Amino acid sequence: MGKRSFNKTPMREQAPEVRQHNFKEVALGYNMEEGQLEAARCLQCKDAPCITHCPVMIDIPGFIRQIKLGNMAEASKILSRYTNLPAICGRVCPQEKQCEMVCRLGRSKKFEPVAIGKLERLVADWELDQPTDVTDVPKDKGKVAVIGAGPSGLTVAGDLAKIGYDVTIYEALQAPGGVLTYGIPEFRLPKRIVRKEIEQITEQGVKIETDAVVGKTITMDEIMHDFDACYIGVGAGTPNFLGIPGTNLNGVYSSSEYLTRINLMHGYEFPKYDTPVQQSKHVVVIGGGNVAMDSARSARRLGADTVTVIYRRSSEELPARVEEYQHSVQEGIQYSWLTNPVEYLSDEDGNLKGVKCIKMKLGEPDDSGRRRPEPIPGSEFTIKADTAIEAIGQGPNKVLLDTFPELNKNKWGYIDADEQTCATSVPGVFAGGDIVTGAATVILAMGAGKIAAKEIDQYVKSHHSMATV
Amino acid sequence: MYKITERTVLSEREIEFWIIAPRVAAKAQPGQFVILQVDQFGERIPLTVCETDEASGQIRVIFQVIGKSTAELKHLNAGDELQDVVGPLGKPTEIKNYGTVLVVGGGVGIAVLYPVIRGLKQAGNHVITILGAKTKDLVILREECAMYSDELILVTDDGSLGQKGLVTDAMKAVFAREEINQAWAIGPGIMMRYCTDVATKAEVPIYVSLNPIMIDGTGMCGCCRVLVNDQIKFACVDGPEFLGDQVDWDGFIQRMHQYHPEEEEAYQAYQEKQVQLNG
Ligand SMILES: Cc1cc2nc3c(=O)[nH]c(=O)nc-3n(C[C@H](O)[C@H](O)[C@H](O)COP(=O)(O)OP(=O)(O)OC[C@H]3O[C@@H](n4cnc5c(N)ncnc54)[C@H](O)[C@@H]3O)c2cc1C
Ligand SMILES: Cc1cc2nc3c(=O)[nH]c(=O)nc-3n(C[C@H](O)[C@H](O)[C@H](O)COP(=O)(O)OP(=O)(O)OC[C@H]3O[C@@H](n4cnc5c(N)ncnc54)[C@H](O)[C@@H]3O)c2cc1C
Ligand code: SF4
Ligand code: SF4
Ligand code: FES
Repeated sequence: MGKRSFNKTPMREQAPEVRQHNFKEVALGYNMEEGQLEAARCLQCKDAPCITHCPVMIDIPGFIRQIKLGNMAEASKILSRYTNLPAICGRVCPQEKQCEMVCRLGRSKKFEPVAIGKLERLVADWELDQPTDVTDVPKDKGKVAVIGAGPSGLTVAGDLAKIGYDVTIYEALQAPGGVLTYGIPEFRLPKRIVRKEIEQITEQGVKIETDAVVGKTITMDEIMHDFDACYIGVGAGTPNFLGIPGTNLNGVYSSSEYLTRINLMHGYEFPKYDTPVQQSKHVVVIGGGNVAMDSARSARRLGADTVTVIYRRSSEELPARVEEYQHSVQEGIQYSWLTNPVEYLSDEDGNLKGVKCIKMKLGEPDDSGRRRPEPIPGSEFTIKADTAIEAIGQGPNKVLLDTFPELNKNKWGYIDADEQTCATSVPGVFAGGDIVTGAATVILAMGAGKIAAKEIDQYVKSHHSMATV
Repeated sequence: MYKITERTVLSEREIEFWIIAPRVAAKAQPGQFVILQVDQFGERIPLTVCETDEASGQIRVIFQVIGKSTAELKHLNAGDELQDVVGPLGKPTEIKNYGTVLVVGGGVGIAVLYPVIRGLKQAGNHVITILGAKTKDLVILREECAMYSDELILVTDDGSLGQKGLVTDAMKAVFAREEINQAWAIGPGIMMRYCTDVATKAEVPIYVSLNPIMIDGTGMCGCCRVLVNDQIKFACVDGPEFLGDQVDWDGFIQRMHQYHPEEEEAYQAYQEKQVQLNG
């Protein structure tokens, strides 16, 4: 197997010229040979730093060693001890800021870190094609309700079912998955993968009830009465708007609406699917995170001639994953750095015709330690646009919270829950994921779910029922 | 799956369904709505819960056929099933005893208004109801509204039933003759806007029920946003009822036209397919 190469084994991708016209997955995955080549680069460190930088502490050298040996079943078994959604995390985890950031190989001169995420994906994709071995444990330990079928809720549910809990997930939308289903686009995370990983969880005996909005369809009182404990994982999906003049013009979207139309409602397959999404020529996306990248790349795939991302800081501060940024550039997305929108301009029919912007410069560092962008007076200019998509962050989902005032919240309106235990101010009610941390990552939401499952088990064992509340 | 148990044609373009949806039936209050989806290809369609029967777990909805999705609904029969019915969504109407109330319904808005009328009457209000439509056959739920109204005034554009004219004329007459403590207007955007003008001039507070385009109906997309008192509100969670004089009507009406080209395309394709299938 020769000498270690300096670089990661490259992953095959759809060519940019081709992929910017379709919604199929961009990264095609490793085959076995490529996987083994990459696995051989791992140094098998003793106290591996990569493990401590994975939020769910996957035994990374362990599973990589099994790949190297060609033992996929064993590799998969190791992964499953730590994660319920490996095919998803292998694709969307910000690896470069976590496990791969501290990889010892990557620390040595000239070497890139081991492609841990890509190897995780290889094992998980292999596993998805195998029959699930369902551990048919009797569900007699107690009843747990999980609210929200995003990565966090799915993880709690899967873990509790495996150890004998009767778990029901209540999901407001018509399909489970949370952001994985309605937010992250097909070309980055195929819905087939999401469905399969969810199936593996329902095969453990977890029940998922869709069309169930807790706080409306079912009240918290009913949940607390009918279950021994509950977990709230309702996410942070409420879109923020800048609120600049013209926000209500036709053609101005929140990224949540734009992506929901495309992903959840299959707007990119209109008119086979009924929900339309605007056919745009010139698109401006505001923001610099993953959500902005996803919106811009989706707009491109829907046929826009120009797509410009405007970001108020410079390329160095861009919060999006590097890989996504590079992919977007290859697909022809343009960037206007140090730019902020000030007004949406209207044609005579109330449709967007342009975005008036102002140039920014970076001043003194703010609370977050990043240099604060400040407008440069007199630098206004206009970008022609028939669609503008605001991807400037989300707030807590409030439908449930508004009906449950007993639950303590922090000053930003998120649930105040203990990081170590996911416990909230109400006994028997646990919470985690974006609704506690604010918009974060899939793996952190999953990590919280792991913790909560253990704590809920402890809680139910020690109180037998919370029906007295 | 949610079964349709009864289907009634109310007028040329208005259809009524009773649907088995026990959880919604147990919870829905006047002013709340459901979102239903025929199958995985369908849009999420918001419709007001017009009545509930908790004992049999059923809800009643009334819809007007205006585009592809409602045309598709029209073709369903008793016994057919809908993939999704979710609700009850939105804030309930503020039902209490105001004294004398004036409620105005136009077109299919009457279906949205009916549970409000019933609630207000049961709360002890003196209820004066004005129902209006283009022509006689489109004034739906006449008897049922009459049952819960102390006075019922009918108005049609062509004079085929009741007074000839507009609901706003009838409103002015009522305001001129007695003191009204609270008003409601539910119907097409334009109608609600004019009703608001009339009520505001008479210094009577008026609620309207906004029906912007929606997707999730749970506050997660911002598609249904309207400016109310110069603030962005989401009609699905903050509404659908708002005080009429605080609504930015130009913006609201404008946003209803967002998808006209695409809606046309979908409806035409659908009609052509129907022609092919049914001769
Ligand atoms: C466009 C986009 C791209 C992203 N890209 C990445 C990425 O590349 N990598 C990464 O790690 N992270 C990414 N993220 C962030 C990541 O998706 C989230 O951090 C993660 O999904 C949070 O999981 P969660 O389970 O807490 O909540 P969510 O995934 O938000 O799920 C919450 C679920 O709860 C449901 N719900 C809400 N209220 C109720 C109620 N009252 N009753 C019942 N159900 C309810 C919602 O419908 C939803 O399905 C991205 C996010 C977005 C929006
Ligand atoms: C809270 C609420 C309650 C409603 N209650 C009722 C009711 O009880 N009975 C009834 O007949 N209608 C009701 N509506 C309106 C109904 O949802 C729309 O008429 C329907 O979705 C139109 O779908 P379509 O495909 O047939 O028409 P489309 O071709 O999609 O649209 C035609 C026109 O209808 C309007 N429209 C489109 N989509 C929506 C949408 N999702 N919501 C609202 N308006 C839309 C737009 O002005 C559009 O231009 C309600 C709407 C809301 C938001
Ligand atoms: S889950 Fe994320 S952080 Fe953990 S090993 Fe996989 S890619 Fe790395
Ligand atoms: S730090 Fe890098 S080289 Fe060391 S075990 Fe982890 S992946 Fe392998
Ligand atoms: S319909 Fe999505 S926020 Fe109201």
